[in-house]
Amino acid sequence: MTDLQQAGLRPGPHSSISIALAGSGGAGVMTAGNVLLEAAALAGYYALMTRSSGPQIRGGEAAALIRIATHPVECMDGVFHLLAAVDWQNLHRFAAEIPLGAESLIVGDPDRGEAPPTFTAAGGPCVMLPLAQLAKEIPGGRANMVLLGFVAGLLGLPDDAVRRATERLLAGRPAALDSSIAAVAAGRAALADSGHALGLDAPRPASGPRWLVSGNEAAGLGALKAGVRLVAAYPITPATELLEWMSPALASVGGVLVQAEDELAAINMLIGSSFGGVPALTATAGPGLALMMESIGLAVAAEIPLVVVDVMRVGPSTGIPTKSEQADLNIALYGMHGDAPHLVLAPNSVGDCLRTTAWAVTLAESLQAPAIILSDQFLGQARAAIDRPADPQGEAVRQVAAVGMESYRRYALTPSGVSPMAIPGTAGGVHTADGLEHTESGTPSSQAADHLAQLDKRRRKLECHDYGDLWADVEGDGVLALVTFGSCTGPVREALEMARGRGLAIRLVSIRLLAPLQPERMQAALAGVERLLVVEQNQSGQFYRYLRSEFDLPARTSSLRKPGAQQFQPQEVFRYLMDWSRT
Amino acid sequence: MSEPGAAVPVPGDYKSDVKPVWCPGCGDFGVLNAMAKAMARMGLRPEEIAVVSGIGCSSRIPAYTACYGLHGVHGRALPTATGLKIARPDLTVIVTGGDGDGYSIGGNHFLHACRRNVDLTYIVMDNRVYGMTKGQPSPTTETHWSSKLAPQGTGLSEFHPMAIALASGANFIARGFTGDPNGLADLIVQGVRTPGFSFIEVLSPCITFRPEQKEWKKLVRPAMLAATDDTAQAARQIFTDDGMNLGVLFAGARPAYQPPIGSGRRSTQELEARFAL
Repeated sequence: MTDLQQAGLRPGPHSSISIALAGSGGAGVMTAGNVLLEAAALAGYYALMTRSSGPQIRGGEAAALIRIATHPVECMDGVFHLLAAVDWQNLHRFAAEIPLGAESLIVGDPDRGEAPPTFTAAGGPCVMLPLAQLAKEIPGGRANMVLLGFVAGLLGLPDDAVRRATERLLAGRPAALDSSIAAVAAGRAALADSGHALGLDAPRPASGPRWLVSGNEAAGLGALKAGVRLVAAYPITPATELLEWMSPALASVGGVLVQAEDELAAINMLIGSSFGGVPALTATAGPGLALMMESIGLAVAAEIPLVVVDVMRVGPSTGIPTKSEQADLNIALYGMHGDAPHLVLAPNSVGDCLRTTAWAVTLAESLQAPAIILSDQFLGQARAAIDRPADPQGEAVRQVAAVGMESYRRYALTPSGVSPMAIPGTAGGVHTADGLEHTESGTPSSQAADHLAQLDKRRRKLECHDYGDLWADVEGDGVLALVTFGSCTGPVREALEMARGRGLAIRLVSIRLLAPLQPERMQAALAGVERLLVVEQNQSGQFYRYLRSEFDLPARTSSLRKPGAQQFQPQEVFRYLMDWSRT
Repeated sequence: MSEPGAAVPVPGDYKSDVKPVWCPGCGDFGVLNAMAKAMARMGLRPEEIAVVSGIGCSSRIPAYTACYGLHGVHGRALPTATGLKIARPDLTVIVTGGDGDGYSIGGNHFLHACRRNVDLTYIVMDNRVYGMTKGQPSPTTETHWSSKLAPQGTGLSEFHPMAIALASGANFIARGFTGDPNGLADLIVQGVRTPGFSFIEVLSPCITFRPEQKEWKKLVRPAMLAATDDTAQAARQIFTDDGMNLGVLFAGARPAYQPPIGSGRRSTQELEARFAL
């Protein structure tokens, strides 16, 4: 009998295993994590990785949190099967993020001391592995890669997948590659000696191509696919990776990224570009969005398409820049002065960042309005092995005015509310785009009748548009329903699977188009529903209050919410759901 | 440029029918005239020009031209124009505004527009007062000028736009006077034709809140600034200047910042290959 069996750890098989690789800064746990993620993906598994680190810019404790499964995974699990550490410095700070069960395995180096009591208290078995010593025996060998070899073996990942993943990550560094491969082999050999195993089910045959991508990268690609060719932005966590991915990518497709002096400049650069006929986008987080609000109002009034991706982080103020929260909904919906109809969208998975961003560009362009996308730190920075996301639907088509019109009116009152936009250079289309209220021709006006006509036009074009099926993901049936948005969709979806496994019939509505809301479609989605639970990640229930104010919801509608810094876990939602369904 | 055989453009071709909101006698009328003269002299088609502004009396200019105009938010004309010019290098982009818009709320953008050196021409109509909000001190207002908001004067030293522009890297720096539309039109033509960021400070009196500025026409000294491409020489000149010398202070040779746009040849399908396993 092995130590694990003695300790009562269920040897498997598991359809999903969660692993935390941790250590102090410079120990290389992120490198090991990325190789493990990629190896799992190459082996045919679905996987998800998030990173957690202390407040230091460099150094400090760090953890790569990885979930590997035979089915798509969109959130972290409520329990980690394995905590493997290169060392234990300050790792107690991750206790809340790495919940261990009584069967969870702890792997550490005996020469680096003992695991903190906060982890050992769970009662799981500890496996001691002389990582540093094993690494020392290999020229250039590092403990993180020894640990990786041990963990990969524990999961039963094929040697070949680990080797290919290591090669991909260390391409161009032959010395590091050789020593890494030797260190991985040493880790595997140590495992063979120990006799441990964590049975992971064999991967299902892939039904189509798979991607390894982060939400920020997927959003960037979606923007490019939909035609964005100018990005102007100011660096901000956790949106920066989106910009860093886009900078060379944009250049390669003929676009340009401008680093602005601040967010006020960035948003106005978008307005200039879009006025010039080049679709434009920026990425920011809450503090940047707050600065941009006045100018997004200009884009509403002057009817200039643009897209703002808000990768939400914990607020208010500087908050916790490296953690996720869905608390920018209110500012995205209501942050502008005046009556300012605009688009607000939220992707609900890493892969969906591509489609939703592309859709936002398409809508902004065709409706000549600004769109705010509420992504978040979790979706943006998580790296996931997923099925290749579906190609975005439709091309961004802006109605432009033709050359040589007679008496062109930029803000003509059309039935759809959308009026052809003359792009500079077009003869006969000269006009001034204006944030001042204006007549149909664009001449400033302080007349109530002009104001009303233009307000109506700007609202009409958003309300009359047919948004199709993408407005929400509607799944399941029954008299109970959960409504959510964004990154809460992952844990909610998984909780619903568990609940359905217990025989509970329940619906999911994950709303992608947060503004304008779709009352008729929502009514149809909720037809026959008697009880509703609204799930979101903020303290004040912004989404719940919004839905209550806009829809005639069932009398028995309640709210499940918690603020950021920690994502909902599926088990947490499931337990709440089961209690709620019985009351 | 005009097609062969087309009528020779005249300043009137570049003005719209919209009646300005300015007070009778406002200096900004002269700037509008000078802009129209300059455009006619350059023979540009109106639709090839975009005039971008923020908020304030002088920022109303775009709608008074027959060019494409963008009347944006307060203080942000420069980044707006930057985005437009980078996206559309084929257009001639002229930025207009006042001293409050450009040096106070938009001050940071002024520094970075000079430094970035995008091919824009920035015309600031400086009357040393906020006119649209009826008479508050601006960054260029004299220290002791009394107003309702600051009856004892601001007690602050005046902002020195040309020195800031020089220090921040503007490629062309000049001062004009609205009472000399021909001279000002010359400066605008030179500014537009000089690659990179061109800054033209225009003394444009506010006869309503600063009636004493009517005296400027007696005080200005045309063609007194000696154009140079030497920053040290320009700096010496500008720091011994009383603000009334007109002409070109500095004309440098920094290449304009214009990242390539429209030249990439890869497809988005190629880009996504890096995500495929």
